[in-house]
Amino acid sequence: MVVKKQERESLVHERYLRHQKKFPHVWCAGCGIGIVMGAIVRAVDAVGLSNDEVAMISGIGCSGRMPVYVDFNTMHTTHGRALAFATGLKMVRPEMKVIVVMGDGDALAIGGNHFIHAARRNIGLTAIIINNNVYGMTGGQYSPTTPTHAYATTAPYGNIEQPFPICQLAEAAGAAFVARSTVYHARELSRFITQAIQKEGFSVVEAVSYCHTTYGRINKLGSAVEMMRRLKENGVSQRAFERLPEEERADKIVRGVFVDRDIPEYTQLYDQIIARAQQAVAA
Amino acid sequence: MTARLMQGDEACAEGAIAAGCRFFAGYPITPATDIAEVLARRLPQVGGKFIQMEDEIASMAAIIGASVGGAKAMTATSGPGFSLMQENIGYACMAEIPCVVVNVQRTGPSTGLPTSPSQGDVMQARWGTHGDHPIIVLSPFSVREAFDLTVRAFNMAEKYRTPVILLMDEMIGHMREKVELPPPETIEVVERVITSVPPEWYKAYENTPSDVPPMISFGQGYRYHITGLFHDERGFPTQRLDEIDPWIARVFRKIERNLRDILIYETDQVEDAEVVVIAYGATARSARHAVRLAREQGLRVGFLRLSTIWPFPERIVAEVAERIHRVIVPEMNLGQLALEVERVVGRRKVIRVGKANGEMIAPREILDAIGRG
Ligand SMILES: Cc1ncc(C[n+]2csc(CCOP(=O)(O)OP(=O)(O)O)c2C)c(N)n1
Ligand code: SF4
Ligand SMILES: [Mg+2]
Repeated sequence: MVVKKQERESLVHERYLRHQKKFPHVWCAGCGIGIVMGAIVRAVDAVGLSNDEVAMISGIGCSGRMPVYVDFNTMHTTHGRALAFATGLKMVRPEMKVIVVMGDGDALAIGGNHFIHAARRNIGLTAIIINNNVYGMTGGQYSPTTPTHAYATTAPYGNIEQPFPICQLAEAAGAAFVARSTVYHARELSRFITQAIQKEGFSVVEAVSYCHTTYGRINKLGSAVEMMRRLKENGVSQRAFERLPEEERADKIVRGVFVDRDIPEYTQLYDQIIARAQQAVAA
Repeated sequence: MTARLMQGDEACAEGAIAAGCRFFAGYPITPATDIAEVLARRLPQVGGKFIQMEDEIASMAAIIGASVGGAKAMTATSGPGFSLMQENIGYACMAEIPCVVVNVQRTGPSTGLPTSPSQGDVMQARWGTHGDHPIIVLSPFSVREAFDLTVRAFNMAEKYRTPVILLMDEMIGHMREKVELPPPETIEVVERVITSVPPEWYKAYENTPSDVPPMISFGQGYRYHITGLFHDERGFPTQRLDEIDPWIARVFRKIERNLRDILIYETDQVEDAEVVVIAYGATARSARHAVRLAREQGLRVGFLRLSTIWPFPERIVAEVAERIHRVIVPEMNLGQLALEVERVVGRRKVIRVGKANGEMIAPREILDAIGRG
């Protein structure tokens, strides 16, 4: 049966969102987080997963509210710890697809240690980091990805810290798949998430978003529409970025798949441990 | 079964296996490391899984995740790690996730005396995480009891959908004793209550007659939401008082109405006693000896040994105290459970024998307190 694109979209919503029960959502009008949610459910649909085999685990923050709205096995954990909760779940239910949704503060400040260690173990989780360069939920404090010199409620004289390059961090720490796109490039974002979910090991997708009500307001970046336009203009592919002269690179957001490598996945390795231990007992 | 020489930590690990524990996450710390080392070897032998996490916060989180996935799960630590676990222990309370947290107490605060015993975490075990919540805390006084109470801790965790804390101490954890473990078929092992309703009807936090809602693990076709926010019967966040209040009432009630099962204790010669010694954990060994010496001297002394310290067995303590003049409470802290004893024994005199310097309390010190009028 051929399903028209529009019908298919509504089927995806029907199937994967807790549509009647939990909307309207808590996010500000114009926020990019909902676009990431859309990209995730479309990816789950593209992979052809049933609701039952997917778990969505989040931390605390605006992004952490996402699991309420999706019809999966969902868990809203503590700030920064989503990956550690997900690690326990994945170890006892390796057959499940576990998607972990985190904010930039969640994943990289309070949860930074869990992030690099989940990557180092290469455990089969899909980590989606919604990077809006700020602590949105608590009202605009600087985060580990706030650009140097930008303002925040806790950086009233400008930020003197350097931002974390999320994708490079994930790569260095050992992730099997690392990609970045933006909420403007929603289809590409969904495609990257599809690839991430299909990857056996630890996969990371940085979804660059914005927070017009805090960061945008404090830094005079305009409305949601203007911030979205900036993502459109600054979001460039890897190839386009390499062709740019040095002086034009500064504000660019490089989109693409940066890492896609085959390394043994943790829960599969642990199955070998069990086999070894049981052999030793039998002998 | 033959007797063997065994450490308290090892007995705890074996108790976990016997109780059906199939997931352990932890971070090394003296004097609890031995539990992790035994389980790293033993768990995969029985098809279970072990992971050394990056810290104790992650360990606590991982056992909650594993429990949600359907495994009986445990972590083990000592003071500094127990402090780090507190936020996620509260999450397990709020989300009603069965799990067992072992704290082999060492002398604190801070790094303190890593290889010395202590009972300094009695109040932390009760109130360490923020907010009002019920909790079950068990404290073994021998290697054999470390085994038995670990099994009981899992049974209570699963039966009542709650975290249970096993409060050991360095003395019991590291001590070697000759123990005879019960044959596996004689050990009572409790499984969590699951549901018979179809997924559409399932409410993970329903106000059931037993006050313990059935718990289905993730991936079984029953999709629901778990959160550390106050939630309604389906698990979704709520701020409505008519949903919050029943939840609070229920989680306290599910413990209170099962005190007969939860409170484990032992009395000795309290019938004719004028003085009673109340003790738990390693200190109960000295106390038991002191009571024996006192009886030999013709003093009418009884003994109440608590294995469950939280919820505090107030009725039992009050009853024992009714007919006597004095209560002696020895503990390796400066008077933590003694505060509770004082609260429930009315006008009777409570003599604290406290020490927080890493030294065991000797029977002689307790005997002196018995003799003191
Ligand atoms: C242990 C702890 N510390 C602090 C907080 C308060 N807090 C809630 S959300 C948040 C930051 C959220 O920022 P981010 O992770 O970037 O998510 P966003 O809201 O931007 O999506 C903080 C600090 C908390 N909930 N828990
Ligand atoms: S505060 Fe910012 S991040 Fe949070 S919902 Fe509003 S716009 Fe989105
Ligand atoms: Mg943020």
